[in-house]
Amino acid sequence: MTNTLHRYGTAESFNDDIIVFAMCGKGINDEGSVPKLQKFLSLAVPFSPVNMGDGAHGGALRASKKLNPTSHWKRDQEPNFQAVVDGLDKAGTAAVVFDKRENAIGFVKAVKEADLGLCVNISTAVEGAEEILDAAGLCRHSINYSCGFQGHTEKLPSTQVLQLTTMCGHGMISQTMARKMIDFVKEGRRTPREAAKYMSRFCACGVYNPQRAERIIEVARKKME
Amino acid sequence: MKINPNKCVACGNCTYVCPVGAIYVDEASGRSTINSDECVECYSCFNGLSKEHLNPTIVRTVRSLFKIFRLRFDPEPDVCPTDAFEPDQLSWPRSIRRAFSDPTVPHESTGVKGRGTEEVKTNDVTGRCHLGEVNFTIEFGRPGVGARFWEVEKMTMALAAANVPFEKKNPVTALMLMPGGDLATGKLPPEVLNEKVLSCICEIKVPLERADEIIQLVRRVEKGLDTVMVLGAGTRCESDGDERRLLEILQRNGYNPQRAKTNAGLGRISNKAALEAMREPAGTAK
Repeated sequence: MTNTLHRYGTAESFNDDIIVFAMCGKGINDEGSVPKLQKFLSLAVPFSPVNMGDGAHGGALRASKKLNPTSHWKRDQEPNFQAVVDGLDKAGTAAVVFDKRENAIGFVKAVKEADLGLCVNISTAVEGAEEILDAAGLCRHSINYSCGFQGHTEKLPSTQVLQLTTMCGHGMISQTMARKMIDFVKEGRRTPREAAKYMSRFCACGVYNPQRAERIIEVARKKME
Repeated sequence: MKINPNKCVACGNCTYVCPVGAIYVDEASGRSTINSDECVECYSCFNGLSKEHLNPTIVRTVRSLFKIFRLRFDPEPDVCPTDAFEPDQLSWPRSIRRAFSDPTVPHESTGVKGRGTEEVKTNDVTGRCHLGEVNFTIEFGRPGVGARFWEVEKMTMALAAANVPFEKKNPVTALMLMPGGDLATGKLPPEVLNEKVLSCICEIKVPLERADEIIQLVRRVEKGLDTVMVLGAGTRCESDGDERRLLEILQRNGYNPQRAKTNAGLGRISNKAALEAMREPAGTAK
């Protein structure tokens, strides 16, 4: 689907939001793709991603099925990238999220060099993707523009809530959860970093950008738009 | 999805995490309850909430004591303390809700997870969209509002009436091909029309010359719907990576795309059967 495409924000607001993902055409290049997808993810680790994941298992921060009650005070908040790489066991989509353009460029160069034969896409601002491909010595094959939300847009929430929820294109992060996280931060009950990580755990494929979420919540703490 | 009333302690955490706001604490029962008509079976509650396995009686007692003293326990907000969510066995047509809403479940029609489409993401190996063509994805209910299939059908019927071909490898198209549906008219099976999903994507491909017409058609039909939509417009770039034709069409129709998904062209056909099919001379395919 278009799970990374329709994020809400201006092109400038996507400077720290770059997703590079790989997938296969069903029946075309999906045979033997699991080790290639694993390689794709492992190539990203040295470039300091802020999240990564696959469509079957989720991101680098996941919900726990057997949480220990002490976690209310000592929660493991660190992403586990190696678990994502090792856990990928089916052909599908593998995605990596960066908050710095130079890291994304380094990664795309490494992917090009590895010549995995996977379909690789970059989801970010229109010109941002073009610049990354230029720097990596590639040019655009195809492009899919997001035209923005239309219809009964009065049903949509405030700007910052929308920015937070649309980072999960599958819609797994609710408006009320995003609003609650902003309120938690406003009340001083949680830090923006903690709030961003709660939301990350609901993303089913690891494309949520906790760094961008943290930045948005930090702004919303002082001024809701 | 259902919530086991014997386990639920009405902590209220789940009421916030439902993308369509279908979970509430019922005043009469004092338990979290799901409005099944609004629930889209996305499993966000079941998959997204971390689970503890605390004894419900103890948790209720502690919570009652806290309440007496006007104290608020401050638990982690993404936890179901008693693992109270239990998936339902879904039957047709309700099963369609999960197929379209839960991204961890692949669509039977396409084998693709999420909303079930590859669109131009794999265009470097599928050749799904050529130069001079536009692949429109019309997504209903996104973000976070949801849509019913009667709304989707209004659009599919309008597109069919305009002789627009639907993408074959797409779950909404697959519905038109089911008994009761009709690809020629865009009709969907009547039993699915009131089913609600978090979102679904209608996918079409037209020559660039028809892009203006499609945009106007979509805008006309959306006025009769009760949800939000988002339009994606994909195309093949020139050999040097340039793409201005589609962008200009979008801009003259009032769109100002800020974000895009860009295929880097690194894909390569590698499946044996696909390679053999490529080598077979025209007319010899079985």
